[in-house]
Amino acid sequence: MLINAFSDALTLIVSADSDLIEILLLSVKVSFSALAIAGILAMPLGTILAISHFSGRKLLITFLNAMMGLPPVVVGLFVYLMLSRSGPLGILELLYTPTAMIIAQVILIIPIVASLTYQVIEELNREYRDLFLSLKIGPQQAIFAYLWDARYSLFTTLLAGFGRAISEVGAVMIVGGNINHLTRIMTTAIALETSKGELSLALSLGIVLLTIALLVNAIVMSIKTFATEKGYV
Amino acid sequence: MVILRIAKKIAFGLGTLMSFNFCYAESIILQSTTSTKNSGFYDYILPMIKEDTGITVNVVAVGTGQAIKNAQRCDGDVLLVHAKAAEERFVSDGYGVKRFDLMFNDFVIVGPPGDPANITGSTDVSGALKSIASQQTPFASRGDNSGTHKAETKLWKISEIDPSKGSGMWYLETGSGMGSTLNIAVGKGAYVLSDRATWIKFGNKQNFKVHVQGDKRLFNQYGVTLINPTKCPNVKSKAGQKFISWLLSDKGQSAIESYTVGGNQLFFPNAQ
Repeated sequence: MLINAFSDALTLIVSADSDLIEILLLSVKVSFSALAIAGILAMPLGTILAISHFSGRKLLITFLNAMMGLPPVVVGLFVYLMLSRSGPLGILELLYTPTAMIIAQVILIIPIVASLTYQVIEELNREYRDLFLSLKIGPQQAIFAYLWDARYSLFTTLLAGFGRAISEVGAVMIVGGNINHLTRIMTTAIALETSKGELSLALSLGIVLLTIALLVNAIVMSIKTFATEKGYV
Repeated sequence: MVILRIAKKIAFGLGTLMSFNFCYAESIILQSTTSTKNSGFYDYILPMIKEDTGITVNVVAVGTGQAIKNAQRCDGDVLLVHAKAAEERFVSDGYGVKRFDLMFNDFVIVGPPGDPANITGSTDVSGALKSIASQQTPFASRGDNSGTHKAETKLWKISEIDPSKGSGMWYLETGSGMGSTLNIAVGKGAYVLSDRATWIKFGNKQNFKVHVQGDKRLFNQYGVTLINPTKCPNVKSKAGQKFISWLLSDKGQSAIESYTVGGNQLFFPNAQ
Protein backbone atom coordinates (compact mmCIF):
# COMPACT_ATOMS: atom_id res chain seq x y z
CA MET A 1 0.00 0.00 0.00
CA LEU A 2 2.73 2.47 1.00
CA ILE A 3 4.90 1.75 -2.00
CA ASN A 4 1.85 1.91 -4.25
CA ALA A 5 0.93 5.27 -2.77
CA PHE A 6 4.41 6.66 -3.41
CA SER A 7 4.44 5.52 -7.01
CA ASP A 8 0.86 6.79 -7.47
CA ALA A 9 1.87 10.14 -6.02
CA LEU A 10 4.78 10.34 -8.42
CA THR A 11 2.52 9.47 -11.36
CA LEU A 12 0.00 12.10 -10.22
CA ILE A 13 2.66 14.79 -10.08
CA VAL A 14 4.36 13.83 -13.33
CA SER A 15 1.11 13.48 -15.28
CA ALA A 16 0.02 16.91 -13.98
CA ASP A 17 -3.58 15.73 -13.81
CA SER A 18 -5.72 18.82 -14.41
CA ASP A 19 -8.13 18.09 -11.55
CA LEU A 20 -5.21 17.64 -9.18
CA ILE A 21 -3.60 20.88 -10.30
CA GLU A 22 -6.89 22.72 -9.79
CA ILE A 23 -7.29 21.31 -6.28
CA LEU A 24 -3.68 22.00 -5.42
CA LEU A 25 -3.82 25.58 -6.68
CA LEU A 26 -6.99 26.28 -4.72
CA SER A 27 -5.40 24.85 -1.56
CA VAL A 28 -2.39 27.11 -1.95
CA LYS A 29 -4.46 30.18 -2.90
CA VAL A 30 -6.82 29.79 0.05
CA SER A 31 -4.06 29.21 2.57
CA PHE A 32 -1.79 31.96 1.28
CA SER A 33 -4.67 34.45 1.23
CA ALA A 34 -5.54 33.47 4.79
CA LEU A 35 -1.90 33.79 5.79
CA ALA A 36 -1.55 37.23 4.19
CA ILE A 37 -4.65 38.57 5.92
CA ALA A 38 -3.81 36.97 9.25
CA GLY A 39 -0.25 38.27 8.97
CA ILE A 40 -1.34 41.85 8.36
CA LEU A 41 -3.67 41.71 11.35
CA ALA A 42 -1.73 39.53 13.74
CA MET A 43 1.86 40.72 13.36
CA PRO A 44 1.13 44.30 14.44
CA LEU A 45 -1.09 42.89 17.18
CA GLY A 46 1.72 40.68 18.46
CA THR A 47 4.13 43.61 18.33
CA ILE A 48 1.79 45.91 20.24
CA LEU A 49 1.41 43.24 22.89
CA ALA A 50 5.18 42.94 23.15
CA ILE A 51 6.09 46.61 23.44
CA SER A 52 3.20 48.25 25.21
CA HIS A 53 1.74 48.13 28.68
CA PHE A 54 -1.96 48.29 29.22
CA SER A 55 -4.28 46.58 31.64
CA GLY A 56 -5.56 43.29 30.33
CA ARG A 57 -2.43 42.78 28.26
CA LYS A 58 -1.37 39.63 30.12
CA LEU A 59 -4.90 38.31 29.87
CA LEU A 60 -4.97 38.89 26.12
CA ILE A 61 -1.62 37.12 25.71
CA THR A 62 -2.84 34.13 27.70
CA PHE A 63 -6.02 34.10 25.65
CA LEU A 64 -4.12 34.16 22.35
CA ASN A 65 -1.82 31.38 23.53
CA ALA A 66 -4.80 29.25 24.45
CA MET A 67 -6.46 29.99 21.11
CA MET A 68 -3.48 28.43 19.32
CA GLY A 69 -5.13 25.12 20.14
CA LEU A 70 -8.50 26.16 18.76
CA PRO A 71 -10.21 23.08 17.27
CA PRO A 72 -10.77 23.67 13.54
CA VAL A 73 -14.20 22.02 13.66
CA VAL A 74 -15.37 24.57 16.22
CA VAL A 75 -14.09 27.43 14.06
CA GLY A 76 -15.80 25.86 11.05
CA LEU A 77 -19.05 25.58 12.93
CA PHE A 78 -18.85 29.17 14.15
CA VAL A 79 -18.12 30.54 10.67
CA TYR A 80 -20.84 28.32 9.22
CA LEU A 81 -23.45 29.69 11.62
CA MET A 82 -22.32 33.25 10.86
CA LEU A 83 -22.40 32.81 7.08
CA SER A 84 -25.46 30.57 6.87
CA ARG A 85 -28.30 32.14 4.93
CA SER A 86 -30.23 32.17 8.18
CA GLY A 87 -27.25 33.58 10.09
CA PRO A 88 -26.31 37.23 10.71
CA LEU A 89 -24.02 37.46 7.65
CA GLY A 90 -26.13 35.28 5.40
CA ILE A 91 -26.89 38.20 3.13
CA LEU A 92 -23.29 38.11 1.86
CA GLU A 93 -23.91 34.69 0.26
CA LEU A 94 -20.43 33.56 1.21
CA LEU A 95 -21.13 30.05 2.49
CA TYR A 96 -19.66 27.29 0.31
CA THR A 97 -17.18 29.63 -1.39
CA PRO A 98 -13.38 29.84 -1.16
CA THR A 99 -13.83 33.16 0.66
CA ALA A 100 -15.61 31.34 3.49
CA MET A 101 -12.67 28.96 3.70
CA ILE A 102 -10.24 31.87 3.85
CA ILE A 103 -12.23 33.45 6.69
CA ALA A 104 -12.16 30.23 8.69
CA GLN A 105 -8.43 29.82 8.19
CA VAL A 106 -7.75 33.45 9.11
CA ILE A 107 -9.47 32.89 12.45
CA LEU A 108 -7.49 29.70 12.96
CA ILE A 109 -4.06 31.19 12.33
CA ILE A 110 -4.34 34.67 13.82
CA PRO A 111 -3.61 33.37 17.35
CA ILE A 112 -0.57 31.43 16.13
CA VAL A 113 0.94 34.32 14.20
CA ALA A 114 0.15 36.85 16.94
CA SER A 115 1.55 34.71 19.77
CA LEU A 116 4.73 33.79 17.96
CA THR A 117 5.25 37.39 16.79
CA TYR A 118 4.84 38.51 20.38
CA GLN A 119 7.62 36.16 21.45
CA VAL A 120 10.00 37.29 18.72
CA ILE A 121 9.41 41.00 19.26
CA GLU A 122 9.54 40.79 23.04
CA GLU A 123 13.12 39.59 22.77
CA LEU A 124 13.99 42.39 20.40
CA ASN A 125 12.26 44.92 22.61
CA ARG A 126 14.80 44.40 25.40
CA GLU A 127 17.52 45.46 23.00
CA TYR A 128 15.75 48.40 21.37
CA ARG A 129 13.60 49.88 24.09
CA ASP A 130 16.08 52.35 25.53
CA LEU A 131 17.34 53.42 22.13
CA PHE A 132 13.82 54.13 20.87
CA LEU A 133 13.01 55.97 24.09
CA SER A 134 16.05 58.20 23.75
CA LEU A 135 15.28 58.90 20.09
CA LYS A 136 11.64 59.67 20.98
CA ILE A 137 10.33 57.29 18.32
CA GLY A 138 6.55 57.10 18.19
CA PRO A 139 4.69 53.82 18.60
CA GLN A 140 3.61 53.56 14.96
CA GLN A 141 7.13 53.94 13.70
CA ALA A 142 8.40 51.59 16.37
CA ILE A 143 6.00 48.84 15.31
CA PHE A 144 7.20 49.06 11.70
CA ALA A 145 10.82 49.15 12.77
CA TYR A 146 10.44 46.09 14.98
CA LEU A 147 8.62 44.11 12.30
CA TRP A 148 11.14 45.12 9.69
CA ASP A 149 14.18 44.22 11.77
CA ALA A 150 12.68 40.93 12.85
CA ARG A 151 11.48 40.04 9.35
CA TYR A 152 13.63 36.96 8.91
CA SER A 153 12.74 35.57 12.34
CA LEU A 154 9.09 36.23 11.54
CA PHE A 155 9.33 33.93 8.52
CA THR A 156 9.23 30.99 10.90
CA THR A 157 6.15 32.48 12.51
CA LEU A 158 4.43 32.73 9.15
CA LEU A 159 5.48 29.19 8.28
CA ALA A 160 3.79 27.92 11.43
CA GLY A 161 0.62 29.72 10.39
CA PHE A 162 0.85 28.40 6.85
CA GLY A 163 1.38 24.86 8.12
CA ARG A 164 -1.76 25.07 10.21
CA ALA A 165 -3.80 26.52 7.33
CA ILE A 166 -2.74 24.13 4.58
CA SER A 167 -3.12 21.00 6.71
CA GLU A 168 -6.48 21.82 8.24
CA VAL A 169 -9.60 19.92 7.16
CA GLY A 170 -12.31 20.28 9.81
CA ALA A 171 -13.17 23.92 9.24
CA VAL A 172 -12.94 24.07 5.46
CA MET A 173 -15.04 20.94 5.12
CA ILE A 174 -17.93 22.61 6.95
CA VAL A 175 -17.77 26.09 5.42
CA GLY A 176 -16.54 25.06 1.97
CA GLY A 177 -18.63 21.95 1.52
CA ASN A 178 -15.92 20.13 -0.48
CA ILE A 179 -17.69 21.04 -3.74
CA ASN A 180 -15.98 19.67 -6.84
CA HIS A 181 -14.36 22.40 -8.98
CA LEU A 182 -15.40 25.07 -6.49
CA THR A 183 -14.25 24.45 -2.94
CA ARG A 184 -12.41 21.14 -3.06
CA ILE A 185 -8.88 21.42 -1.70
CA MET A 186 -6.20 18.86 -0.92
CA THR A 187 -7.27 18.00 2.61
CA THR A 188 -10.97 17.65 1.81
CA ALA A 189 -10.11 15.61 -1.28
CA ILE A 190 -8.05 13.29 0.94
CA ALA A 191 -10.99 12.94 3.34
CA LEU A 192 -13.31 12.20 0.41
CA GLU A 193 -11.05 9.54 -1.13
CA THR A 194 -10.63 7.94 2.30
CA SER A 195 -14.39 7.75 2.69
CA LYS A 196 -14.64 6.15 -0.76
CA GLY A 197 -12.18 3.52 0.42
CA GLU A 198 -9.61 4.66 -2.16
CA LEU A 199 -6.93 4.58 0.50
CA SER A 200 -3.96 4.41 -1.85
CA LEU A 201 -5.15 7.43 -3.83
CA ALA A 202 -5.86 9.29 -0.57
CA LEU A 203 -2.37 8.57 0.69
CA SER A 204 -0.77 9.65 -2.56
CA LEU A 205 -2.68 12.96 -2.36
CA GLY A 206 -1.29 13.26 1.15
CA ILE A 207 2.22 12.78 -0.19
CA VAL A 208 1.65 15.47 -2.80
CA LEU A 209 0.44 17.86 -0.08
CA LEU A 210 3.47 17.05 2.03
CA THR A 211 5.73 17.77 -0.94
CA ILE A 212 4.18 21.21 -1.35
CA ALA A 213 4.62 21.96 2.35
CA LEU A 214 8.25 20.84 2.15
CA LEU A 215 8.83 23.03 -0.89
CA VAL A 216 7.40 26.13 0.80
CA ASN A 217 9.48 25.49 3.89
CA ALA A 218 12.62 24.91 1.87
CA ILE A 219 12.19 28.17 -0.05
CA VAL A 220 11.60 30.21 3.08
CA MET A 221 14.48 28.59 4.92
CA SER A 222 16.88 29.21 2.06
CA ILE A 223 15.90 32.88 1.98
CA LYS A 224 16.57 33.03 5.70
CA THR A 225 19.93 31.31 5.37
CA PHE A 226 20.89 33.59 2.51
CA ALA A 227 19.97 36.65 4.57
CA THR A 228 21.94 35.41 7.57
CA GLU A 229 25.03 34.83 5.49
CA LYS A 230 24.78 38.29 3.99
CA GLY A 231 24.55 39.68 7.47
CA TYR A 232 21.04 41.15 7.20
CA VAL A 233 20.04 39.56 10.48
CA MET B 1 9.27 54.80 3.27
CA VAL B 2 10.32 51.27 2.44
CA ILE B 3 7.82 49.76 4.81
CA LEU B 4 4.92 51.64 3.30
CA ARG B 5 5.91 50.54 -0.16
CA ILE B 6 6.05 46.95 1.02
CA ALA B 7 2.68 47.29 2.69
CA LYS B 8 1.26 48.60 -0.58
CA LYS B 9 2.75 45.66 -2.45
CA ILE B 10 1.25 43.21 0.02
CA ALA B 11 -2.14 44.88 -0.25
CA PHE B 12 -1.95 44.72 -4.03
CA GLY B 13 -0.96 41.06 -3.99
CA LEU B 14 -3.80 40.37 -1.64
CA GLY B 15 -6.25 42.02 -3.96
CA THR B 16 -5.10 39.86 -6.83
CA LEU B 17 -5.32 36.75 -4.71
CA MET B 18 -8.83 37.54 -3.61
CA SER B 19 -10.08 38.58 -7.01
CA PHE B 20 -10.21 35.16 -8.64
CA ASN B 21 -13.67 34.69 -9.85
CA PHE B 22 -16.11 32.75 -7.69
CA CYS B 23 -19.18 33.54 -9.74
CA TYR B 24 -20.89 31.18 -12.14
CA ALA B 25 -23.53 31.98 -14.72
CA GLU B 26 -26.25 29.92 -13.08
CA SER B 27 -25.48 27.61 -10.22
CA ILE B 28 -27.43 25.95 -7.47
CA ILE B 29 -26.40 24.27 -4.25
CA LEU B 30 -27.62 20.72 -3.82
CA GLN B 31 -27.78 19.46 -0.25
CA SER B 32 -27.28 15.78 -0.80
CA THR B 33 -26.81 12.43 0.84
CA THR B 34 -23.32 10.96 0.51
CA SER B 35 -24.20 7.76 -1.35
CA THR B 36 -25.11 9.55 -4.58
CA LYS B 37 -21.75 11.33 -4.48
CA ASN B 38 -19.47 8.50 -3.34
CA SER B 39 -20.94 6.20 -5.98
CA GLY B 40 -19.81 8.55 -8.74
CA PHE B 41 -23.43 9.25 -9.74
CA TYR B 42 -23.03 13.03 -9.82
CA ASP B 43 -19.81 12.89 -11.82
CA TYR B 44 -21.84 10.99 -14.40
CA ILE B 45 -25.10 12.94 -14.43
CA LEU B 46 -24.16 16.57 -13.67
CA PRO B 47 -22.28 17.17 -16.94
CA MET B 48 -25.42 16.11 -18.85
CA ILE B 49 -27.53 18.52 -16.81
CA LYS B 50 -25.01 21.29 -17.41
CA GLU B 51 -25.19 20.64 -21.14
CA ASP B 52 -28.99 20.56 -21.33
CA THR B 53 -29.90 23.32 -18.90
CA GLY B 54 -26.69 25.33 -18.42
CA ILE B 55 -27.00 24.93 -14.67
CA THR B 56 -23.92 24.20 -12.58
CA VAL B 57 -24.88 22.04 -9.63
CA ASN B 58 -22.65 22.41 -6.57
CA VAL B 59 -23.03 19.34 -4.42
CA VAL B 60 -22.62 19.46 -0.66
CA ALA B 61 -22.63 15.80 0.33
CA VAL B 62 -23.35 15.13 3.99
CA GLY B 63 -25.56 12.61 5.77
CA THR B 64 -29.30 12.88 5.12
CA GLY B 65 -29.95 14.21 8.62
CA GLN B 66 -27.38 16.96 8.27
CA ALA B 67 -28.50 17.78 4.72
CA ILE B 68 -32.06 18.35 5.95
CA LYS B 69 -30.80 20.52 8.84
CA ASN B 70 -28.67 22.58 6.43
CA ALA B 71 -31.65 22.97 4.11
CA GLN B 72 -33.80 24.15 7.03
CA ARG B 73 -31.23 26.91 7.55
CA CYS B 74 -31.76 27.84 3.87
CA ASP B 75 -28.22 26.80 2.94
CA GLY B 76 -29.10 25.23 -0.37
CA ASP B 77 -31.59 25.26 -3.22
CA VAL B 78 -32.47 21.60 -3.67
CA LEU B 79 -32.47 18.63 -1.30
CA LEU B 80 -31.71 15.10 -2.55
CA VAL B 81 -31.77 12.54 0.26
CA HIS B 82 -33.18 9.14 1.20
CA ALA B 83 -35.42 9.25 4.25
CA LYS B 84 -38.99 9.53 3.04
CA ALA B 85 -40.63 10.18 6.40
CA ALA B 86 -38.15 12.92 7.31
CA GLU B 87 -38.48 14.48 3.84
CA GLU B 88 -42.26 14.54 4.11
CA ARG B 89 -41.97 16.23 7.49
CA PHE B 90 -39.57 18.73 5.90
CA VAL B 91 -42.25 19.60 3.34
CA SER B 92 -45.17 19.66 5.75
CA ASP B 93 -43.22 21.97 8.07
CA GLY B 94 -43.04 24.39 5.16
CA TYR B 95 -39.34 24.07 4.37
CA GLY B 96 -39.86 22.26 1.06
CA VAL B 97 -42.18 22.95 -1.86
CA LYS B 98 -42.95 19.39 -2.89
CA ARG B 99 -41.17 16.07 -2.60
CA PHE B 100 -40.80 13.77 -5.61
CA ASP B 101 -39.79 10.13 -5.69
CA LEU B 102 -36.69 10.01 -7.87
CA MET B 103 -35.12 6.58 -7.82
CA PHE B 104 -34.43 3.64 -5.56
CA ASN B 105 -31.97 0.92 -4.83
CA ASP B 106 -31.58 -1.28 -1.78
CA PHE B 107 -29.60 -1.76 1.37
CA VAL B 108 -27.41 -4.78 1.90
CA ILE B 109 -25.71 -6.27 4.97
CA VAL B 110 -22.02 -6.53 4.28
CA GLY B 111 -19.71 -8.54 6.49
CA PRO B 112 -16.45 -10.45 6.89
CA PRO B 113 -15.77 -13.47 4.65
CA GLY B 114 -15.79 -15.88 7.63
CA ASP B 115 -19.43 -14.94 8.38
CA PRO B 116 -19.26 -15.44 12.19
CA ALA B 117 -23.01 -14.83 12.62
CA ASN B 118 -23.80 -17.42 9.97
CA ILE B 119 -26.22 -15.25 8.00
CA THR B 120 -24.91 -15.51 4.47
CA GLY B 121 -27.52 -16.10 1.78
CA SER B 122 -30.35 -15.05 4.09
CA THR B 123 -33.16 -12.93 2.66
CA ASP B 124 -34.63 -12.31 6.12
CA VAL B 125 -33.02 -9.19 7.51
CA SER B 126 -34.69 -9.55 10.94
CA GLY B 127 -33.36 -13.06 11.35
CA ALA B 128 -29.89 -11.90 10.36
CA LEU B 129 -29.90 -9.01 12.83
CA LYS B 130 -31.18 -11.29 15.60
CA SER B 131 -28.37 -13.69 14.92
CA ILE B 132 -25.78 -10.88 14.95
CA ALA B 133 -27.16 -9.52 18.24
CA SER B 134 -27.46 -12.87 20.00
CA GLN B 135 -23.92 -13.86 19.13
CA GLN B 136 -22.70 -10.32 19.77
CA THR B 137 -20.63 -10.27 16.60
CA PRO B 138 -19.37 -6.77 15.86
CA PHE B 139 -21.76 -4.54 13.90
CA ALA B 140 -20.77 -1.07 12.71
CA SER B 141 -23.57 1.49 12.73
CA ARG B 142 -23.48 4.95 11.14
CA GLY B 143 -24.88 6.51 14.31
CA ASP B 144 -25.17 9.89 12.56
CA ASN B 145 -28.90 10.25 11.93
CA SER B 146 -28.32 9.75 8.20
CA GLY B 147 -30.80 8.07 5.87
CA THR B 148 -28.99 4.77 6.19
CA HIS B 149 -28.84 5.13 9.97
CA LYS B 150 -32.58 5.81 10.13
CA ALA B 151 -33.21 2.74 7.98
CA GLU B 152 -30.97 0.64 10.23
CA THR B 153 -32.68 1.88 13.39
CA LYS B 154 -36.02 0.93 11.89
CA LEU B 155 -34.77 -2.56 11.05
CA TRP B 156 -33.56 -3.15 14.63
CA LYS B 157 -36.95 -2.00 15.87
CA ILE B 158 -38.81 -4.36 13.53
CA SER B 159 -36.54 -7.13 14.81
CA GLU B 160 -37.38 -6.14 18.42
CA ILE B 161 -33.75 -5.70 19.39
CA ASP B 162 -32.23 -2.76 21.25
CA PRO B 163 -28.63 -2.71 20.02
CA SER B 164 -27.72 0.28 22.20
CA LYS B 165 -27.21 -2.15 25.09
CA GLY B 166 -24.20 -3.48 23.22
CA SER B 167 -22.90 -0.04 22.33
CA GLY B 168 -19.14 0.10 22.60
CA MET B 169 -18.93 -3.67 22.93
CA TRP B 170 -20.24 -5.29 19.76
CA TYR B 171 -22.44 -2.43 18.48
CA LEU B 172 -20.06 0.23 17.14
CA GLU B 173 -21.62 3.63 16.49
CA THR B 174 -19.09 5.36 14.26
CA GLY B 175 -20.85 8.70 13.92
CA SER B 176 -19.38 9.08 10.44
CA GLY B 177 -20.26 8.74 6.78
CA MET B 178 -20.97 5.50 4.92
CA GLY B 179 -17.46 5.21 3.49
CA SER B 180 -15.74 5.82 6.82
CA THR B 181 -18.07 3.36 8.50
CA LEU B 182 -17.27 0.75 5.86
CA ASN B 183 -13.57 1.36 6.50
CA ILE B 184 -14.15 0.81 10.23
CA ALA B 185 -16.23 -2.33 9.60
CA VAL B 186 -13.50 -3.77 7.38
CA GLY B 187 -10.87 -2.93 9.99
CA LYS B 188 -12.88 -4.42 12.86
CA GLY B 189 -14.28 -7.43 11.05
CA ALA B 190 -17.79 -6.11 11.67
CA TYR B 191 -21.07 -6.42 9.80
CA VAL B 192 -22.53 -3.21 8.45
CA LEU B 193 -25.67 -2.01 6.69
CA SER B 194 -24.81 -0.12 3.51
CA ASP B 195 -26.66 1.17 0.50
CA ARG B 196 -25.73 -0.96 -2.47
CA ALA B 197 -24.40 1.90 -4.58
CA THR B 198 -21.75 2.97 -2.07
CA TRP B 199 -20.76 -0.66 -1.47
CA ILE B 200 -20.32 -1.46 -5.17
CA LYS B 201 -18.14 1.57 -5.72
CA PHE B 202 -16.23 1.20 -2.44
CA GLY B 203 -12.50 0.75 -3.02
CA ASN B 204 -11.37 -0.89 0.25
CA LYS B 205 -13.56 -4.03 0.24
CA GLN B 206 -10.72 -6.45 1.04
CA ASN B 207 -12.50 -9.84 1.28
CA PHE B 208 -15.77 -8.45 2.60
CA LYS B 209 -18.92 -9.35 0.75
CA VAL B 210 -22.69 -8.96 0.74
CA HIS B 211 -24.31 -11.50 3.08
CA VAL B 212 -27.95 -10.41 3.23
CA GLN B 213 -29.99 -8.92 0.41
CA GLY B 214 -33.33 -9.20 -1.30
CA ASP B 215 -35.61 -8.55 1.71
CA LYS B 216 -38.46 -6.16 0.84
CA ARG B 217 -37.66 -4.19 3.99
CA LEU B 218 -34.24 -3.28 2.57
CA PHE B 219 -35.86 -0.97 0.00
CA ASN B 220 -34.13 2.41 -0.26
CA GLN B 221 -36.04 5.30 -1.83
CA TYR B 222 -34.39 8.57 -2.89
CA GLY B 223 -36.41 11.75 -3.13
CA VAL B 224 -35.81 15.26 -4.42
CA THR B 225 -37.32 18.45 -3.01
CA LEU B 226 -37.08 22.12 -3.91
CA ILE B 227 -36.40 24.23 -0.85
CA ASN B 228 -39.28 26.60 -0.24
CA PRO B 229 -38.61 30.14 -1.50
CA THR B 230 -41.30 31.59 0.76
CA LYS B 231 -39.33 30.32 3.77
CA CYS B 232 -35.92 31.00 2.21
CA PRO B 233 -36.12 34.01 -0.12
CA ASN B 234 -32.60 33.39 -1.44
CA VAL B 235 -33.49 30.04 -2.98
CA LYS B 236 -32.88 29.96 -6.71
CA SER B 237 -36.21 28.35 -7.32
CA LYS B 238 -36.22 28.68 -11.11
CA ALA B 239 -32.89 26.94 -11.60
CA GLY B 240 -33.69 24.47 -8.83
CA GLN B 241 -37.00 23.57 -10.43
CA LYS B 242 -35.31 23.18 -13.82
CA PHE B 243 -32.83 20.76 -12.26
CA ILE B 244 -35.60 18.74 -10.62
CA SER B 245 -37.68 18.68 -13.80
CA TRP B 246 -34.70 17.37 -15.73
CA LEU B 247 -34.16 14.54 -13.26
CA LEU B 248 -37.85 13.59 -13.36
CA SER B 249 -38.10 13.81 -17.15
CA ASP B 250 -37.89 10.76 -19.40
CA LYS B 251 -34.41 11.79 -20.37
CA GLY B 252 -33.27 12.15 -16.77
CA GLN B 253 -34.87 8.90 -15.73
CA SER B 254 -33.28 6.95 -18.55
CA ALA B 255 -29.92 8.57 -17.74
CA ILE B 256 -30.27 7.29 -14.16
CA GLU B 257 -31.20 3.86 -15.51
CA SER B 258 -28.11 3.60 -17.67
CA TYR B 259 -25.58 4.46 -14.95
CA THR B 260 -23.59 1.34 -14.16
CA VAL B 261 -20.43 0.52 -12.25
CA GLY B 262 -18.68 -2.70 -13.22
CA GLY B 263 -21.82 -3.90 -15.00
CA ASN B 264 -24.08 -3.21 -11.98
CA GLN B 265 -26.92 -0.74 -12.24
CA LEU B 266 -26.73 1.45 -9.11
CA PHE B 267 -30.03 3.36 -9.11
CA PHE B 268 -33.46 2.43 -10.44
CA PRO B 269 -35.55 5.39 -11.60
CA ASN B 270 -39.13 5.49 -10.30
CA ALA B 271 -40.44 9.03 -10.72
CA GLN B 272 -44.21 9.12 -11.05
